[in-house]
Amino acid sequence: MKIGVVVFPGSNCDHDCQYIFQDVLGQKVEMVWHKETLRPGLDAILLPGGFSYGDYLRTGAIARFSPVMTAVKAFANKGGLVMGICNGFQILLEAGLLPGVMLRNTSLNFICKDVFVKVENAATRFTNHCESGQVLKIPIAHADGNYYTDPVTLGGIKANAQVVFRYCTAEGKVTPEANPNGSLDNIAGIMNAEGNVLGMMPHPERCAETVLGNEAGRLIFLSMLETLHKPQLTVV
Amino acid sequence: MKVKIHVTLKQGILDPQGKAIEHALDSLGFKNTANMRVGKYMEVDVNEPDRAKADAQVKAMCEKLLANTVIEDYRYELQ
Amino acid sequence: MNASVITKAVLEQHKLSEEEYKKILEILGREPNWTELGMFSAMWSEHCSYKSSRIHLKKLPTTGPRVVQGPGENAGVVDIGDGLCAVFKMESHNHPSFIEPYQGAATGVGGILRDIFTMGARPIALLNSLRFGGLDNANTRHLLKGVVSGIAGYGNCMGVPTVGGEIVFNDIYALNPLVNVFCLGIAKRDKIFLGKAAGVGNPVIYFGSKTGRDGIHGATMASDSFDEEAAQKRPTVQVGDPFTEKLLLEACLELMSGDCLVGIQDMGAAGLTSSACEMASREGTGVELDLAQVPRREPGMTPYEVMLSESQERMLMVATAGREDEVIKICRKWDLDVAVIGRVTDTGKVVLTENGQVVAEVPAKALADEGPRYDRPSAPPAYQDMLQALNYDALPDVKDANAALLALLDSPTIASKRWVYEQYDHMVRTNTMVRPGSDAAVLRVKGTNKALALSVDCNARYCLLNPYEGAKIAIAECARNLACSGAEPIGVTDCLNFGNPQRPEVMWQFLLAIEGLKDACEAMNVPIVSGNVSFYNETNDLSIYPTPMIGMVGLIEPADRAVTQWFKQNGDAIILLGNTREDLGGTEYLKVLHHREQGSPPLLNLDTEKAVQACTIHLIREGLVQSAHDCSDGGLAVALAECCISGSGERLGAMVQLSLDGLRRDALLFGESQSRILLSVKPHQEERVLSLAKEAAVPAAKIGTVGGNRLVVQVAGDQRIAGCTVDQELTALHEQWARAIPRALGQD
Repeated sequence: MKIGVVVFPGSNCDHDCQYIFQDVLGQKVEMVWHKETLRPGLDAILLPGGFSYGDYLRTGAIARFSPVMTAVKAFANKGGLVMGICNGFQILLEAGLLPGVMLRNTSLNFICKDVFVKVENAATRFTNHCESGQVLKIPIAHADGNYYTDPVTLGGIKANAQVVFRYCTAEGKVTPEANPNGSLDNIAGIMNAEGNVLGMMPHPERCAETVLGNEAGRLIFLSMLETLHKPQLTVV
Repeated sequence: MKVKIHVTLKQGILDPQGKAIEHALDSLGFKNTANMRVGKYMEVDVNEPDRAKADAQVKAMCEKLLANTVIEDYRYELQ
Repeated sequence: MNASVITKAVLEQHKLSEEEYKKILEILGREPNWTELGMFSAMWSEHCSYKSSRIHLKKLPTTGPRVVQGPGENAGVVDIGDGLCAVFKMESHNHPSFIEPYQGAATGVGGILRDIFTMGARPIALLNSLRFGGLDNANTRHLLKGVVSGIAGYGNCMGVPTVGGEIVFNDIYALNPLVNVFCLGIAKRDKIFLGKAAGVGNPVIYFGSKTGRDGIHGATMASDSFDEEAAQKRPTVQVGDPFTEKLLLEACLELMSGDCLVGIQDMGAAGLTSSACEMASREGTGVELDLAQVPRREPGMTPYEVMLSESQERMLMVATAGREDEVIKICRKWDLDVAVIGRVTDTGKVVLTENGQVVAEVPAKALADEGPRYDRPSAPPAYQDMLQALNYDALPDVKDANAALLALLDSPTIASKRWVYEQYDHMVRTNTMVRPGSDAAVLRVKGTNKALALSVDCNARYCLLNPYEGAKIAIAECARNLACSGAEPIGVTDCLNFGNPQRPEVMWQFLLAIEGLKDACEAMNVPIVSGNVSFYNETNDLSIYPTPMIGMVGLIEPADRAVTQWFKQNGDAIILLGNTREDLGGTEYLKVLHHREQGSPPLLNLDTEKAVQACTIHLIREGLVQSAHDCSDGGLAVALAECCISGSGERLGAMVQLSLDGLRRDALLFGESQSRILLSVKPHQEERVLSLAKEAAVPAAKIGTVGGNRLVVQVAGDQRIAGCTVDQELTALHEQWARAIPRALGQD
């Protein structure tokens, strides 16, 4: 498989995503400079974490206008797999590929720590290696991860099972105490109605290797690879 | 009374955010823009009928908290 | 320039003595003009010239089989095998952080990062050593919050993880906080870049941000003490732009991957002046620069301002002639300003022109290397004897060990720093094997089977009480932190924070500290490869404690042998390596419980220290150790508590029996005897560990067992004395320790 990792000015998890797919999972990776367009032959696109354009103005607000985003939208609209992690999620929101916005964390601070998320929908192209309701320990690292959307949109994405991950306790209880940033309904990750675009705030690429003491994130990447290998198995 | 406060970076102090936004405007085709500076705008109600006292108070608020006078200027309007 | 312009007052403003000015006249054979005077002033400042410290720094051991680059370059370089090098340095940004904590700390991080990637290394880790006043002071809380968010704001955006550090709170730093930042990068052995203006005719290229009036005379400010007038110096504050720095980093590494780059240096203190003259001086060449070509942010800047601006995120590079277009293309790709501003010459001079007029002409070596050197007088302070005198008989022994332990865990110096490090991205780049909160941070080196352990440390109270012993202990403890993770030390960087060197007592502290560093490094066989001196840390005539901060790098191979400090499994045996003596002088216990900072610091025997560390590393490499933790601030009782509560997983208690052996109870529980390490080992390996320790002539004893949800420390033969036993639920200990800093900040 060939994964395209988009590099915006200020992306800083681009190498981490490259490392996971290339060195850990043995796939081909193409780094895509934001001023360029997507070359044919890519099977999935990753928008990595970081501080594109320094997070100036609003997170993701300037990156969404990067030339490459036109191609990313077209790729997504044709059903291609697109995943945004952290700042990548924020860019997907600003670009309108996913519904909603990110607000500042309620603590107003940047927060870097392990959190627990519950797999709310295991029948997606990004979570088919997980069990429904499974609890994953994955680190977060962001200042703007407080997801918000209007009640109608929220109702829609819930009804359509687009909420993929919610912050929870180690035991899997979705409680206010388990919510690290004030996110609406404890939302940690959502997908689009078609199920081919995922955005998540936690960083699965930071917990996909034994040497780092946690491999939970691997399940997400393996799910994507499985989807790409066996497209006939995908749900939605 | 309602007070409107503007906090801006002092002249000559680098504004990294303004610089990045200006660059983005340029690449979106707004070629004739320059000197973008990003500031903060605040509104607050001050319950003080005496205009002079209110003025002194708002000034103190700006000096102490609302502006970082090491790098920022402020101005305000009392209404 | 009219000669009469350079008056006494002008020299004073430029922090130049009359003697130094005479030397300038000699060098030039004429009066300097305003620009030249400014350049001399900045380059001959304490900050840039090390004029009070240089002759003493020469005593430090700086060589070794792994050393690729010692002091004198942007950073030190140590070979770690596999064709790779660790490139590291520590620097201070104390004064700017006091004036504007967020920007001061942020630009401190920016500066040290540039020092590292200038050498061709990709930065992979940041650590910091911070000193503040007590948290009961509102301004200290403001400074702490500002500094922490400044470090976070810059480091996080750059995508360089802040993986560790240490913070000490003491009123002596209330008006002179310390912000010392350590950075480490990884470079290929054959791709190290130096700050050299080599190759006559090669272009000198400026790239990065534009030049503004920021921080003009920052270097002389850093060489100045504080007083009430400091506020007037505020317009010199620089603002950091981590986004541009990130672009600068990627552009530099892209430029370095090719072969068009000859030499490169960042524009730090003294800006374009220092980078130009240092690059020329190192190579014995000259440079000719056309200031009109320098990208500017503000109109109407004079040559003086252009040369002394400390605008951030700027680099100076010498490229191969004819390859200018390649360089410019890469810089433009990363949206950076770039301009060819001059050429390398063979004149040995820095010649500046503007619109065809020569505006300054100074020998490069005179600026960079031939600054004044002082052997300043030194004498012990009058109060030294009083500091060291401590009558132990007048100190009541501890009556309630539980209460004393809780008080120590509540001391912000000992308490959990989670509130701080959760604001730092400590995992980006996915190398962090051991996160903040253990004795040392551990990072795997991708593409190898190795890991690097990093630690920063200094107990300044020990240094105040005895600068020689204190400096020795700083080295020993830093190495001990590394040993506890299984790492062998391979290199040191230092950041020597002291008061005003023109005071004999400060110079006395400095000289003794240098001796201590030297002896300890020689004994531990670890070279100092880079460093920084920060003098004039005094406010209103009050000097800080001598604070020779140490950053140390260790190597672990294979990487997966790294261990952490917290207990792992019920039933494991707890073994204490090293001896406990009556070491109460200068302890955190004395400060917190008796409000004294007095006595002699703990005695350190370097042979014992080496044996204990070597033994620990050996045991860890043999896979015999579950956890290892250094006994430091707060002594054995605090170390045991940390073993129980500092892990992120399930908390494990311990049942411990100690015997007094003629010691005071407080010395046994809270004394800070050196060369002690707490291990936990699997029960069936206990005997093997004890016998290996015996073979290595290291004192070792089983003192207890891991298990339960309480920490119980009984003192044999002393049970009938009420309160001598520690017996606490872990939840209570954890609550006290984990919430202390948020509580002190009113955020609980």
